[in-house]
Amino acid sequence: MTIDRDEVDHVAALARLKLSDDERETLRVELGQIVTAFEALADVDTDDILPTAQVIPLVNVERDDVAIKSLPRDEVLRNAPRVEDGQIYVPPVLDETS
Amino acid sequence: MGRDLHCLTLHAAADGLARGDFTSVELTTALLDRISSIDANIGAFLTVTADAALSQAAAADARRATGEVNRLDGLPIAIKDVLSTAGVETTCGSRMLQGFIPPYDATVIRHLRTAGAVMLGKTNMDEFAMGSSNEYSAYKVVRNPWDLGRVPGGSSGGSAAAVAADECLAALGSDTGGSVRQPAALCGCVGLKPTYGRVSRYGLIAFASSLDQVGTLTKDVSDAAMLLGAIAGHDSRDSTSVDTPVFNYLADSDDGLHDLKIGVAPQYFGKGLAPSVGSKVREAIGTLVDAGATEREISLTHTELALPAYYVIAPSEASANLARYNGVKYGLSDVNASDVDEMMAGVRAEGFGSEVKRRIMLGAFALSSGYYDAFYLRAQKVRTLIKDDFDAAFEQVDVIATPTAPTPAFELGSKLGDPVAMYQSDIMTLPASLAGLPCISVPCGFVEGLPVGFQLIAPAFEEERLLRIARLFERFRGDMEAPAREVDSL
Amino acid sequence: MSAAVSSDYRAVIGLETHVQLQTESKMFCGCGADYAGDEPNTHVCEVCLGMPGVLPVINRKAVDLTILTGLALNCRIPENAKFDRKNYAYPDLMKWYQISQYDLPLCEAGHLDVVTSGRKDRIGVTRVHLEEDTAKLSHVTGSDGSPASLIDVNRSGSCLMEIVSEPDITSSAQAMAYGAKIRDLLRWIGVSTANMQDGELRIDANVSVWRQGEATGDVKVEVKNMNSFRALGRALDFEIDRQSRAREAGQAIVQETRGWDEDSGLTVPQRTKEYAHDYRYFPEPDLPPLLIPEARVSGLRLRLPRMPDQVAADLVAEGCPAGDVEELVQDRVLTEFALSVVGEGVMAKDAVTWIVHELRRVLNDRDVPSGQIPLQATEVASLLVMRGDGVVSSTMASEVLDEMIATGASAAELVASRGPQISGEEELLAVARDVIGENPQAVEDYRAGKARAVQFLMGQVMRVTKGKANPGVVSELIRRQLDGVE
Repeated sequence: MTIDRDEVDHVAALARLKLSDDERETLRVELGQIVTAFEALADVDTDDILPTAQVIPLVNVERDDVAIKSLPRDEVLRNAPRVEDGQIYVPPVLDETS
Repeated sequence: MGRDLHCLTLHAAADGLARGDFTSVELTTALLDRISSIDANIGAFLTVTADAALSQAAAADARRATGEVNRLDGLPIAIKDVLSTAGVETTCGSRMLQGFIPPYDATVIRHLRTAGAVMLGKTNMDEFAMGSSNEYSAYKVVRNPWDLGRVPGGSSGGSAAAVAADECLAALGSDTGGSVRQPAALCGCVGLKPTYGRVSRYGLIAFASSLDQVGTLTKDVSDAAMLLGAIAGHDSRDSTSVDTPVFNYLADSDDGLHDLKIGVAPQYFGKGLAPSVGSKVREAIGTLVDAGATEREISLTHTELALPAYYVIAPSEASANLARYNGVKYGLSDVNASDVDEMMAGVRAEGFGSEVKRRIMLGAFALSSGYYDAFYLRAQKVRTLIKDDFDAAFEQVDVIATPTAPTPAFELGSKLGDPVAMYQSDIMTLPASLAGLPCISVPCGFVEGLPVGFQLIAPAFEEERLLRIARLFERFRGDMEAPAREVDSL
Repeated sequence: MSAAVSSDYRAVIGLETHVQLQTESKMFCGCGADYAGDEPNTHVCEVCLGMPGVLPVINRKAVDLTILTGLALNCRIPENAKFDRKNYAYPDLMKWYQISQYDLPLCEAGHLDVVTSGRKDRIGVTRVHLEEDTAKLSHVTGSDGSPASLIDVNRSGSCLMEIVSEPDITSSAQAMAYGAKIRDLLRWIGVSTANMQDGELRIDANVSVWRQGEATGDVKVEVKNMNSFRALGRALDFEIDRQSRAREAGQAIVQETRGWDEDSGLTVPQRTKEYAHDYRYFPEPDLPPLLIPEARVSGLRLRLPRMPDQVAADLVAEGCPAGDVEELVQDRVLTEFALSVVGEGVMAKDAVTWIVHELRRVLNDRDVPSGQIPLQATEVASLLVMRGDGVVSSTMASEVLDEMIATGASAAELVASRGPQISGEEELLAVARDVIGENPQAVEDYRAGKARAVQFLMGQVMRVTKGKANPGVVSELIRRQLDGVE
């Protein structure tokens, strides 16, 4: 299976990865190789097989609706690159409407 | 002192502390000295918390002076940098988290603190636990203590090398597809991956959530049992942790190996396995048989499909787990970017290494519209087939024995250009990971001066059985004639 | 807006309603959910901040409230439900995925009956599912003078329920009625305070138009950012007209997301990228699935109060004016109060009308929310009984009610302290004569056939007697005086 540049760009956009031209090409080739190595998956008859998303047979793990103490605000903001007015500062989110 | 305290096992050190042969401060000092004298050549540690370790050791000594203490109290342990440690930088081997100081402790860290263990520092690892050679650490490579030109395995390469080079008595690692067992095999130590759900994942930085499990790297099986006893148990903060009794894994119910049926599957002894490794593993199985166990051939039919299934499922989950690293809340950032999209995309381009990008791309691809059914869903169905194989096998046998890794430690750089070849390093460990089963890698000999490990796999939540058999193997194997470690010539 | 163009076209509207649930703690962590008015980032922990290594734990009450909503909306509650990860990249989403529900929601296949211009229509409810809310972004000028955005994480991880309707809605009026009815219902069953202006209730619309007789197209436009029911109506009117005109002009409708701009009264395309809708859902590996046994559903069904439609139908059958009843049942507390008053032996019609008009007015004047009525139903009932028996006049009853709320005194005490109603003809005749003598203009008006003059004179008598005069007696006396019967 080969993967073309458009597919690489589409997936990179989904994953929000800005790739250099070199990276794009390398990943195009490598992803193609990996996906080719995985073609064995397609040969298995899985028609009547249920998927396994989790290996442990747990259900209904819930907690009571009880509020507990949050982190001190200093701890919440300690790792933020920049803080203003007790909030996390980021470069402008471009207006949603164009 | 006159004795090399840093060479002790956990249980020998516990005995020494209990007898008053030495103090925790002396023991901790010996290990910190060892780290400062050799780690520049090994690269096992990313952070050494010497001051904190010494004050924890002093506190442990004080507790011991005034009364009864836990067996782990005062024992120095290293922690893979994948575990969140309150107030101590936690990078997960990535530039993305350089300088990140978590506000909270992982549940296993909380358990260790409660038990009184001394934390020496955070060990090196492949970035976000993605890798089988530790060469994907964003900071530095880790060298195999047996041969400094070779890899220690990965992703818990720092923890395995630290144990193997006597830089700590024991270490915590994490295992998603073999990340504890494979480096344990390559470094000649014991690597235990518990059943998925046995140990809390809270605070374990997620790579592939349905596979990740905290594991131990130790010098022998008793130490693995001792450490597991401290970290296992239900945690209300981890909805996938199972509320099942935690046994006294150290209890020596020494009823021998008679009645024990060992399953051996031809699928693990086929192509890809170095013949020299295969014969060492066969010898190990022979040791168990000589001690009274019965060997049974079993068939784990879908073993070959574990590799593609794993490398679809794990990257898919990873692509979501690693989405949060975008420069907004913590870690690498660029607040001067022109707009937030620029910042987030730029941070991800700069902060992630090549293997992480490759897996994120692979995961996003496998989940994307149009490919979901052919890749992600199909991989999950194959996962069912693999699990069913194990369930059927455990109808016939008590434990399954396989090689841990197809080859001994390979040379640094030798697989970096070929991701598929690198992924092949995990073929022996992936199937049991997909099935969530407890496994242990135990050293079983040397090939060309390098350690070889063999893997035992037990049914879910049968850690007690797994550890008992592994310990009996260790006893029947006896002390191995070890070749010289390159680290000893430093 | 051109009716001529629009009349050939029919709108197909589906609504997605997001509701903040009334819980103590957030959806997947123990942070307090009541952060309104608190300082930013004071209700945040490592979980809702999306720190490395954290794991979610499901809030049982949020699941219960969602099922309760599903039951109120006549949904089926499937036995199997699970959470999934919905992947999208936006700075207000801490993990860059939202834990939501994809193919196995908690509630499915319900409906809601909506009355528009007197016509009742059944609107299908596709599903009700549970997810987590995002943080709050605000756009500011940073301290260095350049534009920036600030993030308050308090809202992140709050319990958010989504109600998805079938595309059964055909007009803006019907959409508004549906929205209002959902809001009233959510308040009625106590799952949310559902204030739209506070963001507790958010409604997005999917709109398409088709020409009568033609098959419906599959291109739909999503419209967002409506902060009130009025905005919802205006946005839909605009969008229906816009699409109708475009189709009339032979232009293709682009599948897109548009935002309602309140100031300009327009919907405008939002910045979207072609990959934006590939959410790459997959089962949340950190949360085991939910298995909802029938016992849990029936237990919740027992907690469900009678629905407003049923209560209203009963009250109308008992002779209450439909308009008053409709107003009453928008407020469950007031409705319960009215039913209690009726339970004390007051005629339903008297209780409902009086509560809707008088009690609500007095509560409103004193700024008392209906949830905090400082009165016992028995007290209000005894006041209404006294009024019915002619012991107090309507005017006096209203004044007494106001004093009851102000002082906490009982109706009987207050009525006794004012003295009872004056019904004695002699006493009232003296007052009526004085009043007539002082108002010659009113007498002339009466003679000129203006019946209202009697009302005016009665009012004057009431003023002099401080409202204690029996209005029936006074009215009779005044008429007799004016007609010169005596």
